[in-house]
Parts: sequence; C-alpha cells; structure tokens
Amino acid sequence: MSGTFLKRFFRSKQGVMGLCIVLLNVALAFGAPAISPFGFEDMDFANTLASPGVGGHPLGTDDFGRDVFTRLVWGARVSLLVGVIAVGIGAFVGTTIGVVVGYCGGFPDALFMRLMDALLSFPYILLAIAMMATLGAGLFNAMIAIGLVMVPSFARVVRSSVLGLRNEDFVTASRVLGASGWWVISRHLIVNIMPTVIIYASLSFAGAVISEATLSFLGLGIQPPTPSWGSMLSEAMPFIDKAPLLAIFPGVAILVTCLGFNLLGDGLRDVLDPRMRS
Amino acid sequence: MGRFILRRCIQIVPTLFFVLLVIFLLMKMIPGDPALVLLGPEASPEDVARFRVELGLDRSLPAQFASYVSGVFRGDLGRSLIYRQDVLSLIFERLPVTMTLSVCALSLAVLSGVPLGIWASLRHNRFSDLLITTFALTGVSVPIFWVGMMLIVFFVLTLGWLPSVGLGSWEKGAWDVASHLILPSFALAFQSMGIITRFTRSSMLEVMRQDYIRTARSKGLRDRLVLGRHALRNALVPVVTVVGLQLGHLLAGAVLTESVFALPGLGKLMVDAIMRRDYLLVQGEVLFIAVLYIFVNLAVDVIYAFLNPKIRKSYGGA
Repeated sequence: MSGTFLKRFFRSKQGVMGLCIVLLNVALAFGAPAISPFGFEDMDFANTLASPGVGGHPLGTDDFGRDVFTRLVWGARVSLLVGVIAVGIGAFVGTTIGVVVGYCGGFPDALFMRLMDALLSFPYILLAIAMMATLGAGLFNAMIAIGLVMVPSFARVVRSSVLGLRNEDFVTASRVLGASGWWVISRHLIVNIMPTVIIYASLSFAGAVISEATLSFLGLGIQPPTPSWGSMLSEAMPFIDKAPLLAIFPGVAILVTCLGFNLLGDGLRDVLDPRMRS
Repeated sequence: MGRFILRRCIQIVPTLFFVLLVIFLLMKMIPGDPALVLLGPEASPEDVARFRVELGLDRSLPAQFASYVSGVFRGDLGRSLIYRQDVLSLIFERLPVTMTLSVCALSLAVLSGVPLGIWASLRHNRFSDLLITTFALTGVSVPIFWVGMMLIVFFVLTLGWLPSVGLGSWEKGAWDVASHLILPSFALAFQSMGIITRFTRSSMLEVMRQDYIRTARSKGLRDRLVLGRHALRNALVPVVTVVGLQLGHLLAGAVLTESVFALPGLGKLMVDAIMRRDYLLVQGEVLFIAVLYIFVNLAVDVIYAFLNPKIRKSYGGA
C-alpha cells in the first residue's frame, strides 16, 4: 500500500516539487544557527540599508544594519513553527469535533455545526485579527488564534466525510458485532478520514504561513527583535523607495514556501483522493 | 423558491446569535478590567467605576449579553474612544471607500478569473494551461499586502505611471480618482483572481467530462455551441458561490490593502483602532463585516438556488 502510494506520489511532478521546497524550508529552519552568517540581532551600523554583497551581507542589510539573509532564515523557523502548531490545533480540534458530531448526529451535530457556521461567517483573517486584538500580540497567541480559526473548516470537511462513512457496510458490521462508538470512531472512521485530513492540513499550511505574516505585518504577531517574514515586510515599508529589495526578499520567501505547501497538497490530493485518481 | 428563501432566512437566526456570542466572548477575553483597558491608564478610579456601570459590567454575564444584543438590534455598537463618535456612524462614514475598493476588486477578479479558468480548461495540459494554473497558484500563495507593495515598487517607484497612496479627488477629474484605485484594486483582487481561476477551471473540466457534453458533440454540434449552451451554463453555476464568498473575503482583505495604500476606509479604521486599543470600535467593525458577510452568503445561496434547476424544482419553483 505504502509502496504504491510512494510510487504514485513520485509520479506527480507538482507533488515532488512541493515536497522539495518544503524539505528545503525545513532544512533552512533547523539549520538556521549553522547557516546564518550573523546573529539575527547583530547590527552593522557601518552598513545600514546595504545592497546585497556589501560588507559580507549576502542579501544586504535593513535600516538597523541587520543581515537580511540571517533574518530570512530565522524567519523560516517562525513560519514553520506557527504553521505546524496552528495547523496541528486546527486539525486536532476540528477533526475531533467533526468525527464525534458527525457520528453521533442529532442535537450535538446541529448545535456544533451552527457554531461552526457562525465561526465560518467571519472572514478567516478578520477573526484572527479580532482574536489577536483582544488576546494581545505575540507568537503564542498568534499560533492559538490561527489554529482556532482553522477549526471550523476542518470540522466541516471531516464531518461531511464521516457522514458518508457512517452508513458504510463495514461500520454497520462493526456495530452489529457489538463495537462501541469509541471503537468505531478510533478503528474505522479516523483511519478512513486520515487522507482527507492530511490533504486539507497540507493545503491549510500555506494559509497559516500567510496569516502569520499578515498578523506580524499589522504588528499583532511576533514582536521585535525576533524576525518573522511579516514583520520584516512591515519594517521594509518606510524604506520601500530607498531599499525595495528589503520588501522583495521576505515576500519571495513567503511565496516560495506557500507554493511549496500548495503544490504538495495538490500532489497528495491527486494520490490520496480516489475521485482524483479515477 | 419562496420556501427556500424563507428557510434560508430562518437559518440565519442561530448563526447571527452565535456570531454575537463569539464577539461578546472575545471582548470578555481582554485581560484585566475592561473598563480600565477601554479608558486607559490615566483614568481616575471614579471614572472607571462610572464606566463599569455604564458598560453594565456590574451585572451577570447573561444580563450583559442580553443588553449587548438589544443594543446591537437598536443600532448601538458603542462609542469610539479615539474618535469620540458613535461606532456605527464612523463605520458608515468609511464604508463607501471600502465598498468601492471591494467591488472594483471583485469585478477585476471575475472579469479576469473566469475567462482565464475557461481558457485553461480548454487548453488542458498544454503550455497555456500550465502558465495560467501557475499564475493562479501564485495568487493563492502570496499575502495581499505584499502584492500591494510590489505594485508600488514596480508601477510607482520604477515606472512612475500611477500614484501610490491616498484617494484621488473628483475636482482633479475622474482619472485622478480611477488612477488612485487601480493599484489597490489589483492588489486586493489578485488572491480572488487565483481562487476564481482555479475553481472555474476545475468546474469546466468536470463538466466537459459529462455524458451530455459527449452527446452534444456526437449530435454534431459545433464546439462553440457545445461550450456556450451546455458546458458554460452548467460550469458557471457553482462559480457563482465562490464569487459571492470572495466579496466577504475582499471586505476583510481591504484591512490590509487600505493600510498599504493609506486609503481611509474600514480597514484603515480597524488597524488604527487595534493600534490604539479602541476595543469597542474593533468589536463593532468585526460585527459589521461578519453580518454583511452573512447577508452576502444568503444572497449568494438564493442566486445559486435560482440558477440551479435541481434546487429550484425541489422547492416547487418554475
């Protein structure tokens, strides 16, 4: 099964390209202390707003003389961390809600789904902004806020998959044999909805990276001096006429990372989704 | 159809209730004494005590929620502390800029996204399909504000073709107003364009695989007729839903575009309110956009039902 999966996945050009970008990102994030030529807080006052290559700074420096390449590499850590934790929260809580209410049906289903509908009534980023405005800025709150706004969509997707599976023969057979609800959920439903959750999580990752950048751009995410791609863009804004490259590099980093996750998600969908296979 | 609209309207009630509840609870999550947070650290203890009573913070949580809901239904969203003005009137003052921007962006996204999606589906797996899908994927992989910044770098700073910030003036002519809207509209539209292109393409590919398309072709109908009379009419029905949903996202996206281009709309108002901790203004704006979004969704569902013969017939329509 896994052999066939890998064979099919490696046949998908976009999936492989996405995987390579994601792995490169992970390598940069983990290797940040070794790769970066300077500390992310080190200031070189002799070379502020320097062009790439000047003073040994491969991508130049910002207005405080901090090395842009170093901050980009450390920013990858923040993006990946927020992505993993936020998508993890969204996937775990959303899947739990979706599976339980989808399987139980009745009043809990109606109640939770109305609540999920209400949360989906907020444009995604607006809810995250509102939560951050009340919770206060910071990395931890950003991860929680982005994760929580992802819960309703995960819950919806999972619930609709469970509704399709609930009346399948293997579920009915298990119930007839005396299996408990918990057994059916953990042994039959979760296993069968995993491909859907994996595809959705991979596609949501790009959304989480963009949301983190957006919150940091508005000053609600990571606080200085810790680098994040969003805050680097926000800091570049006043110098956009003098040093446009300061605004270009972090944006390209976001674009490449999100493209990677979207391509990987599309590739996984092609392999795991039976409708796409046919 | 009437029954469908009525049912859909009734469904809005619990959704609205939960939206109000979520926003109310969000306000309750503000750390510390809300009265002190809202008034600021300079406020005297007497002012804080009076404000607590004014806000109803001395009452039980359900009573506070009931009073909040009744205030909302009377159009009372509170008073902005930084502008010393009614929140709702402030919102209505700034709404035209945001609506103009959102509608321009939506038009741009639809007028380019739909044809691009159709073209890509017709050239499936060819170079132009690859080019369009890459472009669309780029659209959904970049933050709106960065697109705005790049447009400023290219069209304002490098080419000098367009003005970068602020609103144009009608006194200087229609071009002045239009030229100030081009870049923000495009920046805001970019993501939606990608989403609409991707959705139109997959919807068209799905329809083109259907038996009735094969039947139409085997009858000897010309390609243009098969495309216009059979494929497009069916493929574009679900696209309506996506387009409608984009309007809500564009309203939220305006928060960022307006910040980059310094446009005095709802988004700029919200960013200023967040920065200066004017919580009532943030709360009012979030509620306003969420309610607007709910009603846009309702309108989209009704239009979808009207266009989709299956739903129309199941509710006894023509």
